[in-house]
Order: sequence, then structure tokens, then C-alpha cells
Amino acid sequence: MNYLVDITGVRKAYGKNAVVFDGLGLKINAGKIIGLLGPNGSGKTTLIKLLAGLLKEDTGTILIDGKQVGPESKAVVSYLPERTYFNEGLKVKQLINMFKDFYADFDETRAYEMMSLLNIDTNTVLKKLSKGNKEKVQLIMVMSRRAKLYLLDEPIAGVDPAARDYILQTILTNYDKEASIIISTHLIQDIENILDDVIFIKQGQIVAYNSADALRQDKGQSIDEIFREVFRC
Amino acid sequence: MPWKFDANSPIYLQIMDELKLKIAKGELNPGDKVPAVRELAIIAGVNPNTMQKALSELEREGVLYSQRTSGRFVAELGNGQADIRQGIYKQYMDTFVRGMRELGFANDDIIKILEKYFNEEE
Repeated sequence: MNYLVDITGVRKAYGKNAVVFDGLGLKINAGKIIGLLGPNGSGKTTLIKLLAGLLKEDTGTILIDGKQVGPESKAVVSYLPERTYFNEGLKVKQLINMFKDFYADFDETRAYEMMSLLNIDTNTVLKKLSKGNKEKVQLIMVMSRRAKLYLLDEPIAGVDPAARDYILQTILTNYDKEASIIISTHLIQDIENILDDVIFIKQGQIVAYNSADALRQDKGQSIDEIFREVFRC
Repeated sequence: MPWKFDANSPIYLQIMDELKLKIAKGELNPGDKVPAVRELAIIAGVNPNTMQKALSELEREGVLYSQRTSGRFVAELGNGQADIRQGIYKQYMDTFVRGMRELGFANDDIIKILEKYFNEEE
């Protein structure tokens, strides 16, 4: 069986001393919503950037849907970065057109539908949107692609609880059985109900990779509590 | 509004309990169609795979049955419906009686307190 994500023996260091991963291995199947959970500096964002092709591993291999990370893999990976990268002078409409040109799998109708559900006027310039709406627009763009792998780096940080509910619902509504979604966060409580599996990452090591319900059953604790125990300082 | 879950136990088990409760209360009746997995997952605010697992388990237990083209339905449970009710009320009773015993009441006291409670309620 082929994995959607297949990482073997990856090493990644920033400069000589800052080794993030050494001998990292990770295999992920299609059709899962996975929480990538770890404290600050554990390597969550680095891992996501390696998968998105924004960083290059020093050694080892990373395959996505059987392809090396590159233009071919990028065509099936939809990435939501931690910080907004859109040109703030664009109108929402222009952003949608840009995505349509860039990504063959972009579903324009879906994007417009979601914008109108949120009462976002697509003639608005991005910089005039509230912080919460900006985050939602970004997520809508990313989730409107029919990708195989979605990488969401801290999608719920810095938005109010109502926006958080909206974001989680958008993820669930657009989730498709053929695809997997990796969500990195440290706000575990808010997302744990929608996760199939969780990956605990600590100083560049995968310390646990298990089904969320199996963990709850084994430990009689919430993922949030288990996390606090694993990462107690 | 997403359903409320106790984060300390598996969500699929809680979904199963919740649906059984709806059957016991008569909110869902034999022959009723159960919404599609995805729809129900979004209503409950859970992962569709988790919902799928809960519904398959209920099917395995004979509480639901599926018809290939038209979806999932609540089964004719016969005595099963009574069993479900019994299972749930036992849970309630366990919690109640345990709590009362922890407060130091004996069985006789608990019965008296219940009687008094019902009288006052009227």
C-alpha cells in the first residue's frame, strides 16, 4: 500500500548547530485529519514547510503521493501558512482569479459560495478586512482546492471562538475521503474532536502517533491532558 | 451547535450513547432515516471517520441497519428498545446512588429522600 506522505531518514538543520530533525521517519495514509501537536520549537512548522516544499531536507527522502517534493507534489498540496502571504492590496475577487490561474484543482464556485455565506463582499480589498475575516478568507482559499494533502499551520491561532467554530466547520465540510489534512496547533482543546489521529512531536522526534480515540480509551484522558503530561516541563 | 463531548473518553462511544438516548427518548423511532455520515458529522462537530465508526458499530449491534441505496435507518428493536432504555437508566442510577452513598446515605435514606423529593415536586 502506498502512503500519501512517506518520510524516511530526513535530516534538517538550520546552519551547523540548530539540528531540527535527524533520522525523521513518518508515514501518513490518505483520508485522515491529523493533529500535529508539539510545543513551540518542536519542529512543527519546519515539518510542514518541508512538506510544502518551502524548505529542502539536507538528507533523506520525502514522498507525497509517490512524488518527490517539487512542482508535481505542489500541485496536490494545499498549504495554509502561519502568517498571511497575500498581497493586501488585492480584492478578494482578484485573489480568487489568481488561485484559479495558479491551481488546476481550485474550485471557484465553492470559494464564492463560502465567501457569500460569510457575507464577505468579494470587491473588498484584503487590507480592509478584519483580522478574523482575513484568516477566514485565507482558509477558504486553501480549502477550495481539491488537493490530496492540506497543510494547515496554526489555522485557529489568534481568532475569536466563533471564528474558530467557523474554521473547524469549514475544514469538516470540505474534508474529502481521498485527502488528508494535517493541522499543526498548540490549541488542542479546540480541535481535538475533529481529529482522527494525533502526532506528538518533541524536539524533532515523533514521540507518539496514534488514533485520538484509542489514546482517550487507553489513558481515560483528553488529548489535551495527555499532551500536558507528555510535554510537562 | 456542535454536540458536547466528554474529552476523556472515545468520541465514537459517546456518539453511540447519544443516538441510543435519542431512540430511548423516542426522538428517533424505528424506521426513521438517519442523516448521512457527513451531514451528521458536521452537525455534531466531529470527524466524519469518527461518525462512520459510531454508526457502523450501532449497525453491528443491530440498532441501525443500512439499505444499500437509500441510507441508514433505525431498526425495529422490539425488546431491544427496552434494553437500550434499561442500559441508560442504569447509568443514571449508578451515578445517582454512588453520589448519595458518598454523602453517607444508606439505601433506606435514599428511598425516603426520593419520596420526599417527589412529594415536594407536586
